[in-house]
Amino acid sequence: MKRDIILAGVGGQGILSIAATIGTAALSAGLYIKQAEVHGMSQRGGDVSSNLRIADHEIASDLIPYGQADLIISVEPMESLRYLPLLSPNGWLITNTKPFINITNYPEMDKLMIEIEKIDNHIALDADEMAKKLGSGKSANMVILGAASPFLEIDYSELKEAIRNIFERKGVEIVKLNLDALQAGRDFAEAHMN
Amino acid sequence: MNQKLMLLGDEAIAQAAIDAGISGIYAYPGTPSTEITEYVIQSKEAKAGKIRAGWSTNEKTAMESALGMSYAGKRAIVCMKHVGLNVAADPFMNSAITGANGGLIIVSADDPSMHSSQNEQDSRVYGKFAMLPVLEPTNQQDAYDMVHYGFDMSEKLGVPVLMRITTRLAHSRAGVVCIPSRPQNEIRLPGDHRQFILLPANARRQYKTLLLKQDTFEKYALDSGFNVFTDGENKSLGIITTGIAYNYLLENYPDRHIPFPVLKIAQYPIPHSLVAKIYNSCEKLLILEEGYPIVEESIKGFLNTGKTIHGRLDGTVPRDGELNPNIVAVALGMNDSRGKDIPSVVVSRPPSLCKGCPHIYSYNALNEALEKWSKGRVFSDIGCYTLGALDPFDAINTCVDMGASITMAKGAADAGLLPAVAVIGDSTFTHSGITGLIDCVKDKSKITIMILDNETTAMTGGQDSAAFGRIEDICLGVGVKKDHIFVLDPSPKHHEENLAILRQELEYEGVSVIIPRRECIQTAIRHHKELKKAEAMKIEI
Repeated sequence: MKRDIILAGVGGQGILSIAATIGTAALSAGLYIKQAEVHGMSQRGGDVSSNLRIADHEIASDLIPYGQADLIISVEPMESLRYLPLLSPNGWLITNTKPFINITNYPEMDKLMIEIEKIDNHIALDADEMAKKLGSGKSANMVILGAASPFLEIDYSELKEAIRNIFERKGVEIVKLNLDALQAGRDFAEAHMN
Repeated sequence: MNQKLMLLGDEAIAQAAIDAGISGIYAYPGTPSTEITEYVIQSKEAKAGKIRAGWSTNEKTAMESALGMSYAGKRAIVCMKHVGLNVAADPFMNSAITGANGGLIIVSADDPSMHSSQNEQDSRVYGKFAMLPVLEPTNQQDAYDMVHYGFDMSEKLGVPVLMRITTRLAHSRAGVVCIPSRPQNEIRLPGDHRQFILLPANARRQYKTLLLKQDTFEKYALDSGFNVFTDGENKSLGIITTGIAYNYLLENYPDRHIPFPVLKIAQYPIPHSLVAKIYNSCEKLLILEEGYPIVEESIKGFLNTGKTIHGRLDGTVPRDGELNPNIVAVALGMNDSRGKDIPSVVVSRPPSLCKGCPHIYSYNALNEALEKWSKGRVFSDIGCYTLGALDPFDAINTCVDMGASITMAKGAADAGLLPAVAVIGDSTFTHSGITGLIDCVKDKSKITIMILDNETTAMTGGQDSAAFGRIEDICLGVGVKKDHIFVLDPSPKHHEENLAILRQELEYEGVSVIIPRRECIQTAIRHHKELKKAEAMKIEI
């Protein structure tokens, strides 16, 4: 078993909290992990990505080979497309449709959606909107993670447990918000998988 | 019991240093090396062990402090990014001649592909230059183990050891098995009281000692087990990898069986016998190096009259940039598995100054003040404010090395380019700007220096700034005239008075220093959160 995952977004959007949740779940499932992050200059509002690799055997490279990622999980629609050369022909693209516009030449949303829909296996959802309805826009990341959860090959219960562990110190309400967000994303994906 | 932790390569080095009994870590922040020192600063174990952990003013002061701790017989580690080793080059090169007393490791983190740097120089060249042993871990576990090994070797052989890592190892996390920690050394001065006095007579003797140790270094590299030769059934090709290149090679063989003989190099100087073994048994060689083609050049030789050697020099591997599994696949003649192209609708999203950043105001004001002159007279430096080069500011014309803003502006002013403006951050100013300012004062140079004081080292994540709250005192102390030092509040409500000061000082034909001062928005947010948390704790109590 192996899952090679590209996490994508814009500096400051917090893709590393998704990585931490999957990582924690994978660790408790006894799997091997490698996770390459981006630090430094590009964190200042630039595009950022992380290579997250999970397997039941030792992992060689810190970087995912081009064309072999099983999943692109993106918290921003244009950023989801930036990593297509890495996606395997059978891979899934899971993306937020809420754009993060901090440049003047941001493309029209329709044009981005056309490109996203060209990918056979894709789940596109407005995670910000869904998270807001559940009570906090901050949990949009967990909606996205929930939408990716059917494709992770990690027990859903392990993911929930990881969220409980990570958010425990912030209180029961925050844990519940994030678990609800995770479930909402998962429900959406299961309804749109085929 | 041995503990398994998920650690960045940087953190593995830090944890290993704590476990190996260091008494001090010295560093100046620089991507991708920063997290080594941050980890030790935050470590409870390090605090309990009273390990000296903190930021130095620059890499040179860090290197010298570490050498001093080694002189006193204790273990020390000093960390920097590759270009930081240029700043520390003087003490580094001479530490090879003095040798070490307490174990001393220098970590230099290279940044091939220049993710966050102005060049991709390869620190292994410095290792060869200084004739010191070099360790180049292939993964996070290696990084951990090699710190222990490095300290042992440093103390047994009485030499500093250079550890070279690259971005992908520094900033990638994996499981690392740690071993129980050992105690720190007691103070023990060098047995030879002249060892650290590099008077020519002593230095000549010490240098000969270093030369004599070269064979021992090679023997260590043969015996340590970090350099591994693995035979393969297909002798049409032999492959030599260095550092993390080995992982990219292995990635291309999902069953983990490589049919060719492979020499994995992780410690230098490279044992001749291992290279001879693979060279003699294979028809040709492929060299995979993360960085400069150093091994490739040395095996090829100047005349290149031997067997065919493929690598970066003949174009089999790109001449510049970091490696990845696909580059290695193509070099091996395998298919590139590259997926779909990036759709043309996707545009680039360069980094930018944060919303609310004080530099935004400072650049807008500077641009306005400079309107009456032609473009091309603003000399800048290394930091977040280098982003002033991009739209919508287009405000700076140079960025070369730490501190070069002041001295390049001076040179241009000397040449007659008036006004010449230097823009430098507070931390960069203390790192390498003060000496240039002294030159300017001495020469009465006609320059205007803006020290953008955001009270932190922002680009690398908000580390301490060495002269917090004392920038104007330093300027005064080195001789800048009091009535040409201004501290401004970089915000729109003070725009008219700020602009008037800027315009006036741009006309002044002497050294003037303008200090726009407001805390970095990132650290301000963090401090605000910490304050709220502290208050909440008080209420709970």
